[in-house]
Amino acid sequence: MNNAIIIGQYVPGNSLVHRLDPRMKITIIFLFVIFVFFANNVVSYSILTAFAIITVFITKISLRFILKGLTPVWFLIIFTFILHLIVTKEGTVLVELLGFKVYSGALIQGFAISLRFFLLILITSLLTLTTTPIEITDAIEDMLHPLKKIKFPVHELALMMSISLRFIPTLLQETDKISKAQASRGVDFRTGPIKERIKAIVPLLVPLFVSAFKRAEELAMAMEARGYQGGEGRSKLRQLKIKKIDIFVLVFFLLVIAGLFITRNYS
Amino acid sequence: MREKFIEFRNVSFRYGDEQPWVLDNVSFEIYKDEWVAIIGHNGSGKSTIAKLMNGLLYPEQGEIIINGMPVNDEHVWDVRKQVGMVFQNPDNQFVGTTVQDDVAFGMENRGIPREEMEKRITEVLRSVRMEDYLLTEPHRLSGGQKQRVAIASVLAVKPDVLILDEATAMLDPRGRKEIMRTVSDIQAKNEISLITITHDLQEVVMAERVIVMNNGSVWDEATPRDIFAKKDELRKIGLDVPFIAVLADELKQNDLLIENEPLNHDELLEELWTLHLKM
Repeated sequence: MNNAIIIGQYVPGNSLVHRLDPRMKITIIFLFVIFVFFANNVVSYSILTAFAIITVFITKISLRFILKGLTPVWFLIIFTFILHLIVTKEGTVLVELLGFKVYSGALIQGFAISLRFFLLILITSLLTLTTTPIEITDAIEDMLHPLKKIKFPVHELALMMSISLRFIPTLLQETDKISKAQASRGVDFRTGPIKERIKAIVPLLVPLFVSAFKRAEELAMAMEARGYQGGEGRSKLRQLKIKKIDIFVLVFFLLVIAGLFITRNYS
Repeated sequence: MREKFIEFRNVSFRYGDEQPWVLDNVSFEIYKDEWVAIIGHNGSGKSTIAKLMNGLLYPEQGEIIINGMPVNDEHVWDVRKQVGMVFQNPDNQFVGTTVQDDVAFGMENRGIPREEMEKRITEVLRSVRMEDYLLTEPHRLSGGQKQRVAIASVLAVKPDVLILDEATAMLDPRGRKEIMRTVSDIQAKNEISLITITHDLQEVVMAERVIVMNNGSVWDEATPRDIFAKKDELRKIGLDVPFIAVLADELKQNDLLIENEPLNHDELLEELWTLHLKM
């Protein structure tokens, strides 16, 4: 697996953030994503940044590891910043570069938007970094539970997600095996013009799909043989429980948000 | 008289109206707590028998009775509660994201309460010697380990019959040995009927009774020893005879007096070292 990209990767650990109820984590992150857009001055941005940095600190995952992992995103952040420098024309002219006038307002605006963007990505990647995929699935199933009333297939959706998660490594191994088998028969995946390389994927995808369908059929039969009849009357091994610490963290987060709203009116 | 548990009455089956019969007028019985091996070459209908026993397929003619219930739409879920099945491909029957989730899957389907599930998970994983892998993901396990988890998850729902449908076919020799050891442990400790379906004669040695399938019908039904004695005929219907049996045969042809048909190394050794005592 590619270690350079950390989006969607789970880093095992036993920190406070790791142990939080996944539903609580999703709720807090959802609220954070909304409230990032309410920050409008130095103090309110500082509060949110401090909250994010402290959270990272608590997870015991090194900040450098996370920053390095966000490499593909850095490009977007810098791009946003430069775009703002060029487009925004507010405040006083600071410098003139190659005929472009850089305004002070543009610098502030560009910095604020980039920071907002950075905070959003940092805090959402913390969710997957500290929560196993299966916990996220459980949390989603639980949080979507009310939708059952309007006949939304919540249980089926969660089962689908957990089976996909379970088969990702299996199918990766299979892809590896097939690509080796095809390479040994003379298919070239690595060199040549792009058109040829795209064509070379066909002999990889066809056997992969065939085997995936076969797996699906056998898995369905095995599930039926083990008495699976849909979500009705099923019990669950994994159960989510809101603990005292979850409530405590939520209260703390609400205080941070309150702080944000108080300070955003200064200016 | 032992109690009948599974009964096939003149069962015929085919996969489509135009297709040839996969099973043709098959009848046999399987009793409580016995170990039966069903062998046959590829396409002899042995896997179809397994699927019929679990209601994954229904017979076209004839009747299948399991514990007094006919297998039909009305009883199929009760039948599945009593008949557990382990399939050939270790990967394609692993539903959970971890060992513990997979063992729980069957119990969750039956609505067994959580505390009971946790208790049974440790219990059955210990019986297949996989208790150290509770939270391991399937892609970190070997084929043999996955099959042992599959056996554990079937045992967790306490079925009366355990069917292994070519469960060792995709494993290496070591994995095969592990499974056979696990299975004989289980048979010894639990009150459970065991049906092993295989094309490998080596695996029928431990069974009490063997049903040999050929071209969709029962070719013979006897103890492993009696079956092994019919080497030439077995070879004719496409089954590989184990080395020990072949060796014993050769020795016999060279005028060595081998009285009992040996099933394994030790038995042949016993025959050989006592040879002169009989002469």
